[in-house]
Amino acid sequence: MVRFLFQRKSLSAPSPAGMALSYLALGIWTLVALFPLYWLLVTSFKLPIDVNMGPFYLPGIDFKPSLHAWEYILVGDLSNDTTRNYINTVVVAPLSAGLALLLGTGAAYGLTRFQYQPRLGAILTFIGCLVLAIFAITLGAPWQIALVASAVLFIILLQTVGRRFKRSLANNDIAFWLISQRMLPPVAVVIPIYVLFQRLNLLDTRVALIITYLATNLPIVVWLMRDYFQTIPFELEECAAIDGASRYRIFWSIVLPLSVPGLVATFLFVLVFAWNEYLLALFLSGARSQTLPLTVAAQNATRGPQWWYMSVLILIMIVPVIAIAIALERYIARGLLVGAIKG
Amino acid sequence: MYGRWHRLSTQAERMAGNVFILPAVLVVLFLAIFPLIISLYLSLSRFKFVKGGFQIKFVGLANYQKLLAGSEKTHFLGAMADPSPLGWLVVAIVVALMAWGLVRYIHSRQHSVVGLVGRVLATFLFGLGVWLLVHTLSPDGRPGTIVVTWIYVSVGIAVQYLLGLGLALLTIQRLPGRRFFRVVFLLPMMITPVGIAYTFRMLTDTDKGPFQPIWQALGLGLYSWVNDPWGARAAVMISDIWQWTPFMFIVLLAALEGQSMELIEAALVDGANRWQTFWHITLPQILPVSTTLILIRMIEAFKIVDLPNVLTNGGPGTATESMTLHAFISWRALDLGGSAAIAYMLLFVVTFIGMAYVNLIRRRVAEA
Repeated sequence: MVRFLFQRKSLSAPSPAGMALSYLALGIWTLVALFPLYWLLVTSFKLPIDVNMGPFYLPGIDFKPSLHAWEYILVGDLSNDTTRNYINTVVVAPLSAGLALLLGTGAAYGLTRFQYQPRLGAILTFIGCLVLAIFAITLGAPWQIALVASAVLFIILLQTVGRRFKRSLANNDIAFWLISQRMLPPVAVVIPIYVLFQRLNLLDTRVALIITYLATNLPIVVWLMRDYFQTIPFELEECAAIDGASRYRIFWSIVLPLSVPGLVATFLFVLVFAWNEYLLALFLSGARSQTLPLTVAAQNATRGPQWWYMSVLILIMIVPVIAIAIALERYIARGLLVGAIKG
Repeated sequence: MYGRWHRLSTQAERMAGNVFILPAVLVVLFLAIFPLIISLYLSLSRFKFVKGGFQIKFVGLANYQKLLAGSEKTHFLGAMADPSPLGWLVVAIVVALMAWGLVRYIHSRQHSVVGLVGRVLATFLFGLGVWLLVHTLSPDGRPGTIVVTWIYVSVGIAVQYLLGLGLALLTIQRLPGRRFFRVVFLLPMMITPVGIAYTFRMLTDTDKGPFQPIWQALGLGLYSWVNDPWGARAAVMISDIWQWTPFMFIVLLAALEGQSMELIEAALVDGANRWQTFWHITLPQILPVSTTLILIRMIEAFKIVDLPNVLTNGGPGTATESMTLHAFISWRALDLGGSAAIAYMLLFVVTFIGMAYVNLIRRRVAEA
């Protein structure tokens, strides 16, 4: 009888006792994960007095639920703001996440399958010319002329002086450089980016947000996907190359299908990051291109945080992301690699 | 016709390497180098509003000097005090370990000058960090924002990784209902950080929050997390862990799903137990992803700002203030130079830790 508890039906299935323990642990963490969400849901149906008079847990039993917050956000005074910001978020987040995945996956593949040797001299010349251009612009030169002039200077220097320096970097240096771009906190980055988009006349547009999120998310995509590509065996690609497939074809029809779990996980993360980003959006958007996190933060008004409105906003914000997560979850499925190698 | 097509395709083939990597590099270059240079310049200058505009005056290293030795020193580094015996013990152990590592490296066959200089520098800076930790965390000392940030990062990441790994291991089992758990476990990550900060402000309220009966029963009804330095830090860390465990969870889950099951099944047939298969087969397979995951989370965690800002506003005093919040507060006070200097200090710290991590740990894992 006792032995039965610890016996497994098959090698990969857990024993009954193991199953019970697993469910216990999973249940505990489900509670931990869901309780704050439950509290948001309950708060969204509370009148201000119900929040301020102490904790009430069950709508309809210890307090009378009210739809006032939902009405205010969805059809009342705030509905125009909500709709506009909702559309902005829905446009900006998936677009920037998709672009980041596209460019980042390519770079990650390049970094695992090619040897890059950018010359140190060329890079330093480039940065030097960029500094000169920025300096010229801050002194009042028109930015088009400054950029063209520094580009010309860069090419001249590269052809003459730049060739002398033979020391070059390797793939790992490129990867570290990419991730190091995320190290500066947004507080420090935001002023220069603001000035940049102001010069380009892109302030308070969705394009500015998409570009910014694309650049901030790219390094994460590159790093996560690089590890997935390293786990994909070379043999398959070698076979395809011998059969005459081009690099692009190998990438598109062999490597990408094999890394679907990684792609999905990475996309989800990048999407969520762009969906929820607050600080950069605060600076780069005015009235037209505001996103939802700004609306949430704006509910902390002069009269103190309006918990009920905040709860409604947070809830309507996560619904689409949850839908996407449920839709994509099944792609993180086992066995894609194993089958490929055997066949 | 055929010849031209062939030429074009061979040319495309030769360019493949660049085609794959250049778009990403150019985009990052476009938006990264520029802010980096501007903030460096800001950190070396003083920003002031004057009649009809503003003025940026070059002041050299004054902003950094203020942080490391001047008026902001106790705020940034913390108040030093003689360490407790436990602190001395920690110092002794760390110094011994580092010395041992260095000696071993010198005796190994493949040491180079660059590697040696790098390791000596890393040892020195790391020792300095431990010295700072021990002195500011002693009973009479007070940790500054740099130490508080480090506490958030190290505790947060360790707990998140272990929890995430545990949950991922639980949900790859073929249990009925595992898809439900997978989606539920992802939920915390999907809420905007500002929203989470406000949510946890509701939850940690000992008077009107949902756990009020528990606090009452424990006699803590009038106690506020926010008045006790470690209580407030714990509140920030709990919220952080709640929010970011899902990130660890989903990436580790994808890695575990990608591992080859044949090896594990073969080992199980040969009589290995669960623990052995995990330790010798599963763990080595997910180590590369794990090290990347930890690096990414580390970089993000160093920038923690929303949670302490909304939950505790950095208080009591400056007990929960992270470096980014410190920079944000200086920035709000229009001390743009000081703010940029803090940001650059953060950049130095993260770059140092990141490079040490990549060179000493990640590379070894990747090669193994």
